[in-house]
Amino acid sequence: MSIAVESPSPTYDNRTAFSDELSSLAREDSRIVAVCSDSVGSSNLTGFRDEFPKRLINVGIAEQNLVGVGAGLANGGLVPFVCAAAPFLTGRALEQIKADVAYSQFRVVLCGMSPGMAYGELGPTHHSIEDLSWLRALPGLDIIVPADRAETREAVRWAAAQDHPTYIRVGRFKVPDVGSEDHPFLRGRFTRLREGTDVTIIATGTLVSRAQEAAEQLRVDGISARVLNASFIAPLDRESILAAARETRGIVTVEEATVTGGLGAAVASVVVESAFRVPVRILGVNGEFAPTGSTAFLLEYFGMTVRDIAVAANEVLSRA
Amino acid sequence: MLDNDVRQTQLWREFRDRVATLEAPERDELLASRARETRRNIVGMIFGAAAGHIGGDLSVTDILTALFGAVLRVDPANPRWQDRDRFILSKGHQAGALYATLAGCGFFAQDELESFMKPGSALNGHPNRNKVPGVETNTGPLGHGFPVAVGAALAARLTGRGFRVFVVLGDGEMQEGSNWEALMAGAQYGLSNLTAIVDRNRLQQGARTEDTNGLDPLDAKLESFGWEVRMIDGHDFTELLTALRPSTTGRPVAVIANTTKGKGVSFMEDKVEWHHKVPNSDQVALALEELS
Repeated sequence: MSIAVESPSPTYDNRTAFSDELSSLAREDSRIVAVCSDSVGSSNLTGFRDEFPKRLINVGIAEQNLVGVGAGLANGGLVPFVCAAAPFLTGRALEQIKADVAYSQFRVVLCGMSPGMAYGELGPTHHSIEDLSWLRALPGLDIIVPADRAETREAVRWAAAQDHPTYIRVGRFKVPDVGSEDHPFLRGRFTRLREGTDVTIIATGTLVSRAQEAAEQLRVDGISARVLNASFIAPLDRESILAAARETRGIVTVEEATVTGGLGAAVASVVVESAFRVPVRILGVNGEFAPTGSTAFLLEYFGMTVRDIAVAANEVLSRA
Repeated sequence: MLDNDVRQTQLWREFRDRVATLEAPERDELLASRARETRRNIVGMIFGAAAGHIGGDLSVTDILTALFGAVLRVDPANPRWQDRDRFILSKGHQAGALYATLAGCGFFAQDELESFMKPGSALNGHPNRNKVPGVETNTGPLGHGFPVAVGAALAARLTGRGFRVFVVLGDGEMQEGSNWEALMAGAQYGLSNLTAIVDRNRLQQGARTEDTNGLDPLDAKLESFGWEVRMIDGHDFTELLTALRPSTTGRPVAVIANTTKGKGVSFMEDKVEWHHKVPNSDQVALALEELS
């Protein structure tokens, strides 16, 4: 008698899909350029540099100049992908993102590489858990957090075709594919990866696959969980949030980011202003700079495991 | 977005043609006369708005007059023409001087200047490219325009369009670290199509630059960063037009334009308090008389 053993899903670093798609796009469109701040390797741009040496602009370790140069390249008719480690891109150059990109409305694609706690043991200086909160506050800047390889490729191609700026959070922490290719990639829309009627889990980026696993565990316990992939953080999909509040009895959000002002806060503000005040639990980094540890350790430390998500779902239902 | 003033643009084209055919001193007097008119508009705008940055507006006016009157390849009727030269005002608080200059070229109607900083006006206290034709990027926080100029100069090269890029910086603004990042990049990429002009009036908001965070020797610093440095009198049109010529060394050009803050109005000249003080009606009358 043979026993079918389910092998764990393979996992991927989304930077590979990102750079593959960028190179592919650059072959089709000579306006595509990449800009980086010494971050050729960490932005996975070695292949791009080798293929398009003149179209890879490395400004050195100077993030303010990095973003300003990106705006100037857009002013000159090019389509710049401005790539740097997310903490430095969004932290050091925040005012450039505000004034030169969002307020000026240049078609700059800001690529925040290795966001969240991808740099694990390197510590809080290298974690980008504030980016979603900071950038959500800027009008005119779309924010995309791809959950897997297919969505990363969609985001790259989509952002290059817009006439306004976009921030793409390009994950490094390896995650399995979540089935994005089965859903249309639409501006400002969450994708519904799983139908459910009791509770809704809204997850983004690296945590979408965990939300799917949590929903599967909940099913075993007789709970029907809807799973929404928050591909866009801005514009926000108010419609899907309101539908979740109307059609299910509670919402759990989960993001590899601070809970101050991120996805969960955005969802909660829509819910409390609506007629459907279901309980909401917001999972994320809460209240302290991370201790030393790997990304996986820190996700567990801050309560973002599959089990934590399932427990939170039960908890909101107990309050419903 | 404000609309082109066709008639004013025609007058500006005729003015440019006259400037191009004349030689100093007639040419310089023509430009100086236009600068006086721009300064009078600035004084009126600031009085009308009861706000603005008059001292720096008056120090930078001659630089803007030289650029728009004789140097920049721009078309006010087609402000987003892809091959245009780019002019970036990094010291965005000099929006008043920029608006008066742009209106003089017909980028938009002169009447619009009366709305300066009024509720709902396109003419904010700092320039917005999505509302005001002729504005290349939104500035205001200091140290932003220069990196954008570096990017635009790179784009001119990468696209083969070959346009020139000019950026005007305040001397106080040179205390911002981002400008030194931009200087390094401009030299590293050998951006000979880029000219950075420092409005060296030696005053910042609260005190003299050298008493605050000294810049001298600014020429030696810029030279050591790999730029072709041209030190001039920023109120002398012959010197300005010479300094604004293309690079002769393959390096980017830095023009240190020595200027006087409040230039043209005796009681404002080189006075720190006129950074953003608003003149009363008696002072306006006196200023307009001196600028006539």
